[in-house]
Formats: sequence, structure tokens, C-alpha cells
Amino acid sequence: MKNHASHRLLRVAASIFALALPGLAASAAPADAYANSVKIVSSLPRTGSANAQTTSMVNGIKMAIAERGGKIGDIELVYEDWDDASPQRGNWDPAVEAANADKAIADEAVLAYIGTYNSGASKISMPKLNSAGIVMVSPGNTYPGLTKAGFGEANEPAVYRPSGKINYFRVVPTDDVQGSVAADYAKELGATKAYVLHDRELYGKGIADVFKKSAEGLGIQVVGFDGIDNKASNYKSLATKIKQSGADLVYFGGTTQTNAGQLAKDIVSAGLKVKLLVPDGCFEEAFISAAGAKALEGRCYITFGGVEAKALTGKGKDFYENYKKTYGGEPEGYAVYGYESANVVLAAMERIHKAGGTLTRENVLAEVGKTKDFTGALGTWSFDENGDTTNRTMSVNTVKDGKFTTVKVVQ
Amino acid sequence: MTETEVFIQQVILGLSNGMIIALVALGYTMVYGIVELINFAHGDVFTLGGFLALTIVGALGAAAIIDPATLGDGSHWLLLVGLVVGCGLFCGGLNVAIDKVVYKPLRRTPKLTQLVAAIGVSFILVNVALFWGGVPMNVFGDGVAAAASKDFPEVLKSSNLLGEDSNVVLCMEDIAIFAITVPLMVALAIFVKRTRLGRGMRATAQNPVAARLMGIDTDRVIAATFMIGGFLAGAASVMWSVYNNTISFQMGFRAGMDAFTAAVLGGIGSLPGAMLGGVLIGLIRAMSDQYIETRWTNVVVFGVLVLILVFRPSGILGLKQREKV
Repeated sequence: MKNHASHRLLRVAASIFALALPGLAASAAPADAYANSVKIVSSLPRTGSANAQTTSMVNGIKMAIAERGGKIGDIELVYEDWDDASPQRGNWDPAVEAANADKAIADEAVLAYIGTYNSGASKISMPKLNSAGIVMVSPGNTYPGLTKAGFGEANEPAVYRPSGKINYFRVVPTDDVQGSVAADYAKELGATKAYVLHDRELYGKGIADVFKKSAEGLGIQVVGFDGIDNKASNYKSLATKIKQSGADLVYFGGTTQTNAGQLAKDIVSAGLKVKLLVPDGCFEEAFISAAGAKALEGRCYITFGGVEAKALTGKGKDFYENYKKTYGGEPEGYAVYGYESANVVLAAMERIHKAGGTLTRENVLAEVGKTKDFTGALGTWSFDENGDTTNRTMSVNTVKDGKFTTVKVVQ
Repeated sequence: MTETEVFIQQVILGLSNGMIIALVALGYTMVYGIVELINFAHGDVFTLGGFLALTIVGALGAAAIIDPATLGDGSHWLLLVGLVVGCGLFCGGLNVAIDKVVYKPLRRTPKLTQLVAAIGVSFILVNVALFWGGVPMNVFGDGVAAAASKDFPEVLKSSNLLGEDSNVVLCMEDIAIFAITVPLMVALAIFVKRTRLGRGMRATAQNPVAARLMGIDTDRVIAATFMIGGFLAGAASVMWSVYNNTISFQMGFRAGMDAFTAAVLGGIGSLPGAMLGGVLIGLIRAMSDQYIETRWTNVVVFGVLVLILVFRPSGILGLKQREKV
């Protein structure tokens, strides 16, 4: 009996000790514990149909780290791939993204945060990471309001920068560029009446707004502007309304995850003979498999902030070849942006190390901000005063034989 | 398109969507009528029906019996009926199994316990569908992106029956929905009214204790109810997949929500109520998309629901206790 009791006591004591141990170690000697390693994390939607795209982006990040032998000087680089989506939503989840940002702040070893993919998610993590002074580089956000005033809410972007400093950078051109390229292309396709739809999300509504404004400026009549229910089983009734409006082009500001595939299908099944124009959120294989190539070919055009991987030149071409060699498949459209985001951060770390500085959150943030005339896989570019890339390359793509092909590149 | 053509088109679309909702709603209402349980897993049983349908189509394609790519060139009624029966039996069986394993042991516990159990089952089934989407089959996109929506091949010709020049589109798929759902509903009504088991169901719905005292095997009645409800969900999932040409692991969420709303609107527990509610919701959705704006459609649907519940708290046909199953 006594024996039992003491055993139990021992077990309780052991478990308390086990729980307390990591905390003890961390509080006792934080400097020692991380002196020889630093951490980079990414926060991307890994659950849901964006998974193929984000896997490809994570591969890009891993490549950038592997090319440096996983080290900056003698300091080891640790990379963690975090998910900001939940199975319930099958898409990015505000609660998970907030938890990721908190987790990054709490872990002192985290020096850089690569993410997010969805602009709406950055809206949540940006102010948190800004207060903590952690540099954030997004490989996918295109909503202009995150960095520039005059596109969304009146308090943007100041609301995301409580510290007053800039900690958020992105390597993709924003939607104000993309939306107007889309409108130009709509004009080129001979559109006279456009029906503009969006998914009621930050990114989708934002780019649809830009498209509407630019299209009207070009003399295209916007005959309808509406937000769809992205969980609806079909859009046949909506397609009928579009048919009645006499539109010859439909623009959808949205992503594969917000049901672009079903919309494309129902436009065809309603017997509509219109062109469909969608933004980069649909530039992934999952869009073709959701819509079925038949519904897209000769009808659907996808704008993208950059060019498809196989059309990259210089360092981008090396990236493409190495990617295929390492992972044995074609990279998705955003893989190179994952690679470039990691490269920008790592190059900044290397510069600090070479100059004899220590790798701290503060130093890394300052150094990333100084990125100028950076020659990477996307060409030579700099971060401007807002934290946006100076790169303006855009492409218009279509689907042919079940694959994306570029029809036009705009510099 | 003239106003009349638009109206006719929206009525066709509303009825087609509504009939599918009605089939799913019947399963909710029947189970509620007998065991007073809102079976939240019903929508997810429906999802698995769609996944089985695509798997069957894919397997037949792999065995070179059919070619999924060119399926839509001819109308494959035999395949459609086969899918309806196959997926119906599968979903019915699954529903009975869920009842046996989860709901039956909880039958005498408070209603809230059963409700939470149903939500738990729903989560399990959603994740089963998520895994199923990763099956390395051609029709599932080789299982690369498990969570992505899957394209469902056309089983029936999608060309316009009214001629390619007609503004109003009526497809074989619309006809098929009626050709499948109406006989199922009629058969159900006859079954409940005329057969011994159907009488047993009505008796159990009115008073389970009295029914048992009269010698009715209530366990058998409950199993039969889950079987029929599941069968209808399976049939509905096939029609849904064929009509929308897409399946996804989340399809049961919206279908289930619409169907549950339909069941409540028509009067939960009432068979004609569920049918009426389903068709009404389909029509309201279509009309709201056309004459209001699509972003308001959900508001309109639930607004109508609230209004009706204010004036008729037990739903449109909810008061006729005799019809309750």
C-alpha cells in the first residue's frame, strides 16, 4: 500500500518536473540555448485545396535554405512549416493565423515569419508581429491596402503598424497593378459589358473593386457587381441573371477555395458565351481540376503577378531546373515566391553575419528593409518605401490541353 | 432574354435544386419524427454518397467499362440508376450502422447528449471524406490535393433539350432529377401509408411506448427509418453530383443546412412538409438570386424561415400530427 502511494507520488513529481523542464531551461539561459541556431517559420494554408500550391511554396523555401547548407556562417537555420488553415473551413482560419502569430512571438528563436498566402490572414497577424518587431515577408498577399493608403479602409495601412515602423514586405506585385492589367486585357478581348463578381473576402473584393474602376475608365460598361456565397452548391441562377444582363465578360475576384471552379462550370452550363477573367488566386492546378479543363479552355483567362515558372529567366531558370530535379515535378505558380521570400530574408542574415553583427529580430528586420537591387529568381528588384516590391511583371494565362499557358506578359 | 424566359428559367432551376434539398430534408424529418433527434451527421452521410458515386465512376473507368472523359456524349440512364441504388444502399447502411453504434446506446440519455454525439459523428464523417479525396484515382486528381473539389464527369448529356438557340435551358439533368425524386417520394408516401412497417412508423412517431405495448418492434422501425432516410440522402447525393458536376468534402455542410432549414420550414416531423420546404427553399434561392442580389440570398432564406416560424411555430405543415413520421 505504502509502496503504491509512493510510486504515485513519484509519477506526479516526475510529470511536474517534465512539464516545468523546458520552461526552466528557456528562462535560465535563453542566449545559450539559441546562440547557434535561428528559426524561420512560414504560415500558409496547408489544409484544404490550396495545399498543392503551398506545398510547392514550402519546397521553394526549403530549397533556399538548402542552397546555403542550412547555415548562416556557423549558425544553424531551423525552418518550421506552420499551417494557418483548419479542416472545418478547408481554407485559412482567422483563429489559427492569430495563434501562429502569437506562437512566433513567444518563441524567441523566431527571427522571420514568411507568410501569409491570403491577404485576409495577414490582416490578423500583421499588427501582432509589428508590435513584436518580427520581420514578415509575404510570398502571396496582393491586397494593396496592407501597405498602401487609398485602396481600402481609411485607416489602412496604419492600423497594421501599431509600432509606426514597417515590418511587412512582399515579393509579389499588388492588385492595383493586377486589376488594371486584367481590365486592359478585357478590353483587348473586345469586352464591352462586364459582370463583376467577388467572393466577399478581403482579397477578392479588393481586386474586383480595382477591376471595376479600371474597366470603367477604359469604357467597358459594368452591368453588375455582386458578391457570391462561396459555399453555394451551384451558381446556375446567378448565371441566368448574367445571361439576361447581356454581359460579354465575367470577372470573378476570388480563389479556387472560394468556389471559382463551380462558378466557371455553371457559366458554361447556363449556355453563356462569355469570357471569364480571374485573378492569381486561381493560378493553381486545383482550379483546373475543380472546374474541369473543358469549362475553361478557350474561355477563361487568369492574371498572375509574375510569369509561370517555366518562363523564368536567369536565376529563375536555375530555380526551375533545380526544383524539378529536387522534387520531381513542376512547381506551382507561387513556388518561386516562396523561394524568393526565403532568399530575401537569408541574404539579409548573411549580410549581418558578414558585417560581424548578431542575428536578432531587430537587426534582421532592419536589414531586410534595406534590400535594394536584389538579384533573385524574379529578376533585379528592391523594396520600396511601403515594403512592396518594385517588380511589376504581370502575365495573362489561359488553359490549353488541361495546362496553364501564358498568352501575354506585361512588364 | 425576356422577363418571362428569365422567370421560367429560374423556376426550372429552383425546382431542380429544391427537389434535391427535399430528398435530403426527408431524412432529417423522418429521423426526428421517430426518435426526436436532429441528426447533424445526415449531411455528411450525403457527402460520402457523392464520394462513393465518383469512386464507382472512376473504377468503371479504370476497368474500361466506361470512359469518364466522354461520358457526357451519350445519356447513361442505366449508370445513373445504378449509382442511385448503389449509393442509396450504402448511405442507408451507413446511417443504420451509425444509429446502432452511436445513437442507440444513448437513446435514454438527455436529448442534448445525443445532439452532441451527432455533431461528433458529423466531424468524423467530414474527415473520412477528406481522406477519401486523397484516393490515388484518376477521377480524384490522383489524390494529390485531397481537399480540393473534384470534378464529377457528366453522366447525362448536358445539351439544351429546347434547342441550342433557346434562351431557356432545360437539360437532361433537370429531367433526371424529377424522374428520380418524384417516384422516390411517391413510393415513400405509399410505403408509410399502406404497409405494415409504415403503419408501425406512424404509430411509433405518435407514441413509442404505446406502440411497443401494441406489439410493434420499435427497434426494427427505427432501423428502417434510418435506412430509408440514408437511402434518400444517397440518392440525393448522386443527383447533386450529376447536377453540379462537382463534389467536395464540404458539400454536405450546405446541403445539410438547406435541408434542415427545409425540414423546419415545412414542419419538422412532417413528410409532405419536408418536400414542400425543400422545393420552397430552392425556389426562394433562385428568385432571390435573380430579383434581389445573390449576396442577400441567405438572408432572404432565413428571413422567410423566421417569418414563417413567427406565425406558424411548428412550420407550414407541422400541425397535422397524423402525418408525422
